[in-house]
Amino acid sequence: MQLTLWTYEGPPHVGAMRVATAMKGLHYVLHAPQGDTYADLLFTMIERRDQRPPVTYTTFQARDLGSDTAELFKTACQAAYDRFKPDAMIVGASCTAELIQDDPGGLALALNLPVPVVPLELPAYQKKENWGAAETFYRLARAFAGPRAPRPGTPRPARVSGTRPRCNLLGPTALGFRNRDDVAEIAKLLETIGVDVSVTAPMGATVDDLSRLGDADFNVVLYPEIAGVTAQWLERAFHQPSTKTVPLGVVATRAFIAEVASLAGIEVAAALSAIDTGRSRLPWYSRSVDSTYLTGKRVFIFGDATHALAAARIAHQEFGFAVVGLGTYSREFARDVREAAKAYGIEALITDDYLEVEAKVAELQPDLVLGTQMERHIAKRLGIPNAVISAPVHVQDFPARYAPQMGFEGANVIFDTWVHPLMMGLEEHLLAMFKGDFEFHESAAPSHLGHSANAQQAGLDRLDQAATAAMDHAGNNSVSWETDAEKELSKIPFFVRGKARRNTERYATERGLQLVTVETLYDAKAHFSR
Amino acid sequence: MTLIAMRSPSDSPMGCDNRPVLRQRGQREVFCGLTSIVWLHRKMRDAFFLVVGSRTCAHLVQSAAGVMIFAEPRFATAIMDERDLAGLADANDELDRVVTRLLERRPDIKLLFLVGSCPSEVIKLDLARAAERLSQRFLPEVRVLNYSGSGIETTFTQGEDACLAALVPQMPSEPANAGKSLLVVGALADIVEDQFRRLFENLGISTVAFLPARAASDLPAVGPNTQYLLAQPCLGDTARALDARGAKRLSAPFPLGVEGTTEWLRAASIAWDVPSDRLVETVRGPQARARQALQRHRELLAEKSIFFFPDSQLEIPIARFLARELGMNVIEVGTPYLHQQHLSNEISYLPESVRLSEGQDVEMQLDRCRSSNPDIVVCGLGLANPLEAEGLTTKWSIELLFTPIQGYDQAADLAELFARPLVRRATLEV
Repeated sequence: MQLTLWTYEGPPHVGAMRVATAMKGLHYVLHAPQGDTYADLLFTMIERRDQRPPVTYTTFQARDLGSDTAELFKTACQAAYDRFKPDAMIVGASCTAELIQDDPGGLALALNLPVPVVPLELPAYQKKENWGAAETFYRLARAFAGPRAPRPGTPRPARVSGTRPRCNLLGPTALGFRNRDDVAEIAKLLETIGVDVSVTAPMGATVDDLSRLGDADFNVVLYPEIAGVTAQWLERAFHQPSTKTVPLGVVATRAFIAEVASLAGIEVAAALSAIDTGRSRLPWYSRSVDSTYLTGKRVFIFGDATHALAAARIAHQEFGFAVVGLGTYSREFARDVREAAKAYGIEALITDDYLEVEAKVAELQPDLVLGTQMERHIAKRLGIPNAVISAPVHVQDFPARYAPQMGFEGANVIFDTWVHPLMMGLEEHLLAMFKGDFEFHESAAPSHLGHSANAQQAGLDRLDQAATAAMDHAGNNSVSWETDAEKELSKIPFFVRGKARRNTERYATERGLQLVTVETLYDAKAHFSR
Repeated sequence: MTLIAMRSPSDSPMGCDNRPVLRQRGQREVFCGLTSIVWLHRKMRDAFFLVVGSRTCAHLVQSAAGVMIFAEPRFATAIMDERDLAGLADANDELDRVVTRLLERRPDIKLLFLVGSCPSEVIKLDLARAAERLSQRFLPEVRVLNYSGSGIETTFTQGEDACLAALVPQMPSEPANAGKSLLVVGALADIVEDQFRRLFENLGISTVAFLPARAASDLPAVGPNTQYLLAQPCLGDTARALDARGAKRLSAPFPLGVEGTTEWLRAASIAWDVPSDRLVETVRGPQARARQALQRHRELLAEKSIFFFPDSQLEIPIARFLARELGMNVIEVGTPYLHQQHLSNEISYLPESVRLSEGQDVEMQLDRCRSSNPDIVVCGLGLANPLEAEGLTTKWSIELLFTPIQGYDQAADLAELFARPLVRRATLEV
């Protein structure tokens, strides 16, 4: 039993819904009690979909438990077929139906429906949403592409000369973070370098499309959490290699193009030169002098593994930030995240406990938090600038405008998104110099984000308290401050004051000093500025 | 603990109005009772709601709470995992551990509800016994109670009913020499509660209490001298529990709109022998104010047709208000559960042409809705955008629960909730 305030992932059947909703002509019959239809609103409200997800719920009640819930399932399944006439169906159980063990798969097959039925086993008490999506996609790919797989040992026929190489784009689903625009951006990029997209799946795919998965020369795995398992199976069944680089950030996009070129048998240099890099603005924006102020900003990163890993890379290599925290709720990818964290000299936070993430943010006092909507709330509460980089996300993260994360345009979007919440370069300096000025006073927020000034100050106060509490907890808050030192500390700009306090106290503790004086403050400053 | 069967309509005594009710069985597009935690935890400020359930339950409450993410909410889920189900871990020991951790974190909590869910009911986890055990351990600081908000037993606002019903046995008994007292039952916004308190005072009814109270320690007393008015139409079990404590229900329509509010106050006035001219005098000002405010909306809403999907059980009283005070043409009123006795006053006020439906087959109801092409559809969040995309105008029913709508001074606010989507549709040129 796990105490949970907020969850990063829903149950696995919600993952199956994300796949079914993304596809065309597929219908999902879910054995579930009243209430489970809440999941519809994730799609209709958060993603603003204009159609209900293609899901029929059986809605069994307590009084059915003693009689025949199996019959109820069969009735609902038949009615769903009659009404929606889908090309294929998936059937399964939500958490409660799993307990009553009605075997939706067997029941649906017994109906002899004129369309293929794919049963799903999604253990609700062990697994979560992304796993459910990955498993559903894999089962569907096997069911529809599987029959066309060559006999084991048959080598893959060479591509007919003169034809353009073809790939599948795998992984985009409903409710995914910026999946709609990532697909458009990467498809455009592939087209430019001379690669055709054979099938994009699950998003927009029909079951007929799925049956053609084996036709492509290779697979582009956009979201390993969703498509990793399917890509591995396609590799085994069809000898289709797949990309390992996720094109998030400029460096990764270049590496991705090189990887695609080598899989497609295209000249890498030619592929790279086909791209109009003039539209890739991140490199120059990051080198331009105004961005100097981004140097060494302490950033905390949390999300699904793919986006968290990419954000850490981008933060370090492309923004010049210092990655002070890195974590994920995707336990399946914990090893990759741990390794990456080690490279930044930190320990990865692998958890799906929101409180643990919040405690870590409070302890680290970063300058910027990059995370999911949960971290947005944490950061808002603590008054720290933040940007969203990963699902789960809320309605505002499905923007009307074109805003991919992947490819060169994605990197441009990321530059704007991450820099926007921060204080502008010169503004930061003025604040330090003219502290106490009526406009540049210490509780002033970034001038382009005027309204949040008070929230930010309140947040900083809470942050201070949280940090103090954390230190109390650790039992090392034996240091007290002389009045003059406290006064001097208050002259330090608010956005670095927490850090100054922390460093000074650490300095004092390490030297066994009980009392911080003005001298200690500057000694510590000198010590840490080395 | 045994499963409580879903109350079937045949269990309820029929009211005097025996009009036909359409009952269909199929997919229900409604929330389960857990969802009522979203407003109950705001109302009871020192209570914490711990759902004992699955990841689905946690995800549901979080999604229903939507953007209302509080720093640290006073609800959570103890998510059962495989070990709990396989009996590898004693679920009771696990629950004790979770509750202990929770109460250590939150010393401000005085009342803890263990809320049963579909999975906890199906595996027959005895939360009543668990609550008793934990109460013994944590009293006097924290009282632990339990109720079920499971979807196999409760729909949306029935969660409030189950919660309040669990509170009733905890209410102190009124002293032997107690005078007459009035109890208002059902969660109301604080501002509405205060308005009603003033109205009752002006009527000379001074001993008035509200259930739920804002603080756990303020539970009102109950006994044979208590008469109660229901402020919400979803409170069948709570009423039964109050009856068992000797309290008497005052039959009345619900305090929605000028008419409903007046009749609701009149029921109390009659029981307290308030002279009728004092009632008239007390409500004259507020009534006039409300009617004037309603006039503007009436111009827009009169003759417009409306179709209700089932959601909160507020559908029938609201339809009555819209039909009688705003002149709307009500096509169908769907309600998840129809308590004939508590709603007999309301139903008799509804025009004969209104189709009543209880329960739901959402696909068939959507067919009826489309074919009747109403000017406005009241439905849940899962249906609203798809119906808008089809060209229908919708009002999200959940807003009816998160907005103060009861009483005279909220009557126009209630009307405005229906006017806004129409005004918006008329304004937009895209």
